[in-house]
Amino acid sequence: MMNDVITKYELVVGLEVHAQLRTQSKAFCSDSTDFGALPNTLLSPISMGHPGTLPRFNGQVLEYGILLGLAMNCKIREYNEFARKNYFYADLPKGYQITQHLTPLAYGGYLDLECEEGKNRRVGITRIHMEEDAGKSIHDQDPLDTLVDLNRCGVPLLEIVSEPDLRTAREAYLYLQEIRRLVRYLEICDGNMEEGSLRCDANISVRPVGSTEFGAKVEVKNMNSMRHVQKAIEYEYQRQCEAVERGERIVSETRSFDPQAQNTFALRSKEAANDYRYFPEPDLPPILVTPSVIEGIQSKMPPLPAALMAQFTQELGLSAYDAGVLCDQKELALWFLTLISGTNHTKQAANWTMGPVKTWLNARALPISDLPISAVSLAQLINAVQEGKLSHHQAVQQVWPAWLEQPNRNLQELLKDLGLEGGTVEDDLPALVQEVLASMPAKVQEYRDGKKGLLALFMGEIMKRTGGRAQPARASALLQEALN
Amino acid sequence: MKVNLETLERITHLARLEWDPDRADAMLEDMNRFLEYARVLDQAPTEGVAPLVYMNENGLPPREDRVIAETNHEEALMNAPSKDSDYFRVPKVLKKSGG
Repeated sequence: MMNDVITKYELVVGLEVHAQLRTQSKAFCSDSTDFGALPNTLLSPISMGHPGTLPRFNGQVLEYGILLGLAMNCKIREYNEFARKNYFYADLPKGYQITQHLTPLAYGGYLDLECEEGKNRRVGITRIHMEEDAGKSIHDQDPLDTLVDLNRCGVPLLEIVSEPDLRTAREAYLYLQEIRRLVRYLEICDGNMEEGSLRCDANISVRPVGSTEFGAKVEVKNMNSMRHVQKAIEYEYQRQCEAVERGERIVSETRSFDPQAQNTFALRSKEAANDYRYFPEPDLPPILVTPSVIEGIQSKMPPLPAALMAQFTQELGLSAYDAGVLCDQKELALWFLTLISGTNHTKQAANWTMGPVKTWLNARALPISDLPISAVSLAQLINAVQEGKLSHHQAVQQVWPAWLEQPNRNLQELLKDLGLEGGTVEDDLPALVQEVLASMPAKVQEYRDGKKGLLALFMGEIMKRTGGRAQPARASALLQEALN
Repeated sequence: MKVNLETLERITHLARLEWDPDRADAMLEDMNRFLEYARVLDQAPTEGVAPLVYMNENGLPPREDRVIAETNHEEALMNAPSKDSDYFRVPKVLKKSGG
């Protein structure tokens, strides 16, 4: 029954993502932004909202905001104001949050998601604005009181608001994944949802298929993994469809995701409807962003995942899957670019990277920068295999582990030590083929009588005599030429 | 615009101010007098004039992104009405309800 109901309604989702910026100091004062410090140790009169203090804006926040805005194809605003968003909460000692209201730093952008191979979905980016974080309230550690840690007060955030363009929970997941990859490529946020450095609220509604009006939206908070976001959206989709089907009206409300129960529940507070009474922040003059500032930041833009994906698939001919694995982290993608600057065998280079290289790193939970063998060195090994100096099997099973043990050795020495320095066998291959066939006249006759499967036997003999170094395709071609 | 009882209740709630309902009439009269006094500004011709928000339009000089520790843990918690060795303590506000 549920599937029938769900097909009658379209899911509409817009996401608000908060990215905590990797600055050294806070947005409006010089306190450290360290994550995981002891509670209430990273404070100053400014972050505690003491009377008579004035905010001092951290220029790095602006630079990171412009960087992300450009990376998400936004226009960058030249005249920016900060605003006060007023509300009372124990973890907001000033009684207001400094944010941007009417003049978000970046606006009117988009992000392309690859939902299925070769099929893109363009998600509109409404705005990206700068603001400060609040402290942390801990509700579940003490039976009587809420405990407040103000360390996070004033840590800079970028809020990224999407258009209500997402239509499935999977798309929302991919959108978040892309934002996480982007902020990591830009090195402006560590993108860790579990630690709260990337946070997401979802605005979710349903409407009859074909309708152009939006249904009443429900805001879901408290999802601290990408999986949770997907689950919460799936749950809300079903809940709202069933409610509408029963003739109920969807209430616009704020709900929280319960990771244990995998559902959402309504948050109710005694508070009347929110009224934030925004007004321009009188303590901070406007920020003026000149075209030359924007150009300067654009020139620092690292290669972005979308461009690398396009290069890897279109120019290098790798599959979308391979390109996706290689582009997941910037460091790996750049390492791969160095690797293929040393070898023309792109597919083999991708296989090496995703195979032996990643296996070794994953087993040790190390980043690519800790791989003891350089991309240039690995390129030599790949080339040696392709030139027939040794077999792929020997390279992976013998040379690679030995090299990792002694990363300072050069390849020639190492091959010599391993008894693999015989040089290329390709020149001797035609003669060897004749030799092998001459040694097995009876089998050759059987082959010529139609037992074509014996080719594998001849191949095996050649591989045995070359220590597996012969290029299989060439050996096979030479054999067939000699046999026919 | 005139301040009525409903507005007074809303404003005092938003500001978290306690007040004596017996004094509502007097407070409303005061607040309306303040507004009346400021209303003289309505006479200024502002048609077609962009709102002036900041007197200084030169822009904000940014601060360098550098950490300076200004306060330690003991100082930070010193004036808290309720605290323990780590945290500020406040009454619980968030309750989970069914739904």
